[in-house]
Amino acid sequence: APVMAEKLGLGRAALPAEIAAWDWDINAKGDGLPVGSGDALDGEEIFAEKCAACHGDFAEGIDNWPKLAGGADTLDHEDPLKTVGSYWPHLTTAYDYIRRSMPYGNAGTLSDDEVYAIVAYILYSNDLIEDDYVLSDENFMDFEMPNADGFIVDDRAEAEYAIWSGEPCMTDCKDSVEITMRALVLDVTPELDTNAGATEASASAAPEAAPE
Amino acid sequence: MSTYDVKKPSRRAFLSGAAAVGAGVVTSSAARAQTADPLIVESQDWAQSFGDGVDATPYGLPIEYEGDVIRRNVEWLTADTVSSINFTPIHALDGTITPQGCAFERHHSGAIDLKKSDYRLMINGLVDTPLVFTYEDLERFPRENHVYFCECAANTGMEWAGAQLNGAQFTHGMIHNMEYTGVPLRLLLQEAGYDTAGKWVFVEGADASSNGRSIPMEKALDDVLVAFKANGEALRKEHGYPVRLVVPGWEGNMWVKWIRRIEVTNEPVESREETSKYTDTLEDGTSRKWTWAMDAKSVVTSPSPQAPITHGKGPLVITGLAWSGNGAITRVDVSRDGGKTWETARLAKPGEKMALTRFYLDADWDGSEMLLQSRAMDETGYVQPTKAQLREVRGLNSIYHNNCIQTWWVRENGEAENVEVS
Repeated sequence: APVMAEKLGLGRAALPAEIAAWDWDINAKGDGLPVGSGDALDGEEIFAEKCAACHGDFAEGIDNWPKLAGGADTLDHEDPLKTVGSYWPHLTTAYDYIRRSMPYGNAGTLSDDEVYAIVAYILYSNDLIEDDYVLSDENFMDFEMPNADGFIVDDRAEAEYAIWSGEPCMTDCKDSVEITMRALVLDVTPELDTNAGATEASASAAPEAAPE
Repeated sequence: MSTYDVKKPSRRAFLSGAAAVGAGVVTSSAARAQTADPLIVESQDWAQSFGDGVDATPYGLPIEYEGDVIRRNVEWLTADTVSSINFTPIHALDGTITPQGCAFERHHSGAIDLKKSDYRLMINGLVDTPLVFTYEDLERFPRENHVYFCECAANTGMEWAGAQLNGAQFTHGMIHNMEYTGVPLRLLLQEAGYDTAGKWVFVEGADASSNGRSIPMEKALDDVLVAFKANGEALRKEHGYPVRLVVPGWEGNMWVKWIRRIEVTNEPVESREETSKYTDTLEDGTSRKWTWAMDAKSVVTSPSPQAPITHGKGPLVITGLAWSGNGAITRVDVSRDGGKTWETARLAKPGEKMALTRFYLDADWDGSEMLLQSRAMDETGYVQPTKAQLREVRGLNSIYHNNCIQTWWVRENGEAENVEVS
């Protein structure tokens, strides 16, 4: 039921064409998926032309650019590889994100069929479909992602807040204190020390921890 | 940047500067002067001739001597600079309000240039009347003013695996704190006549990345602001000019910049920024989603690796920042011995909800080593945990939401280093 509140009469009604131009989102239930289709064979060509320069011919990622394939069953490892195949819970997210925000620097230029083909190619690169599998709005929601059940809703209230509260220790809180790690030994702070170590260390230091 | 000739600090410079202290070159202020100070007894230029006229600087920048108080980038963190992060120089600031010009940036497809005259905000979805607002429309709604921190979910994220970056700017500088002026999102939703069956709003920006996020309706109706002023003036381009979302206490990613659309929905969208990113992987491989609130956290900003002690023994101001997304900071404790013993610091003023709080511990430094830590408490009774406590629950791969207690090892020469302790 609409909320009845006093209105100021500001703004104007949005026209259907305006809403259609901006409302592109596709939710995890598939609401908003456009009519269309594409397979991995078509996707491979489009990917080679528009995506592979950053994401690699096999969606394996180049340099520091995101890897879209691989990493199956690594999420509980020391350095998990989180890709569309190994990590993303919903295929709808891949369609939505590619259509609205890729290619990087030329976003929103792919046709609906091209996006279906690219998504199919990413699934193929993750060994999740055969290359002739035609992905379409009709079968899209049948596809179950490997990590679909891998997410829980924020449980900090139970798992953390319950134990990290109350009056903390003020004196004699521990017997001894030893330094166990030093940033200057790792030496990856570029502005404070511009020697060659900064870039060399990047590969091993913490690409996983990057905000991207 | 063009007006600054920035001299980047080098570790070597810190070391030599700090070494001078150890060697006793800098005398205590209590010492009796042996010769008259020429800065006093000789007339100085600035005391004789003119300074700049009032027409010299229509909009000023900091004086050149403050040229190191700038945002800094860490190149290896990301693949390029337009989907990247930089860092607020919190080691050099005091008080709580972040100057906009050095307040951190995080973009996913760069800082876009969007004029007020080109700006449109759409509200659609489960509403009586989908609406389009111009910028001028937004300025005609009743306004509110609030001070809130915006902390990137990834702040301190590089430190999960160990002590990595040497400076509070780098370990804790994905944060700013501003006084916002804007319209409660609730008023805009009411104007469109939202359907109470709609449990979520999906918000997105005008930039290519869009940065779409789902926000539960309860929060949208509570304290979310559609803001157009920060610290008294228009938002900076890089902070969402002309309009951004302000989501008090919640992770910075949800503070959608250049906001262009708000959709009332029944379902969360589960967009890229709330599935692939901004989900927190636990040790068993499962991941938390919708970890919205930023928990209580603090850091000593001085002394710290970029702010070594250069004045020798005696009075020392230990200062830092504390904040919580779950309410007001009520107390900050400081330890000088790596957490064996704690002293309660002085809050510069009472903590405000979801805003930075400044603390001070006025100390008398005897010149011995310190392992400096701070520990925040908020009004819910939550106590900022150690990194070991966080790792015990989450493991090492959460990336986001690292609100652990930070340790600075301050040596006898006044130099400080980012370390972990047992």
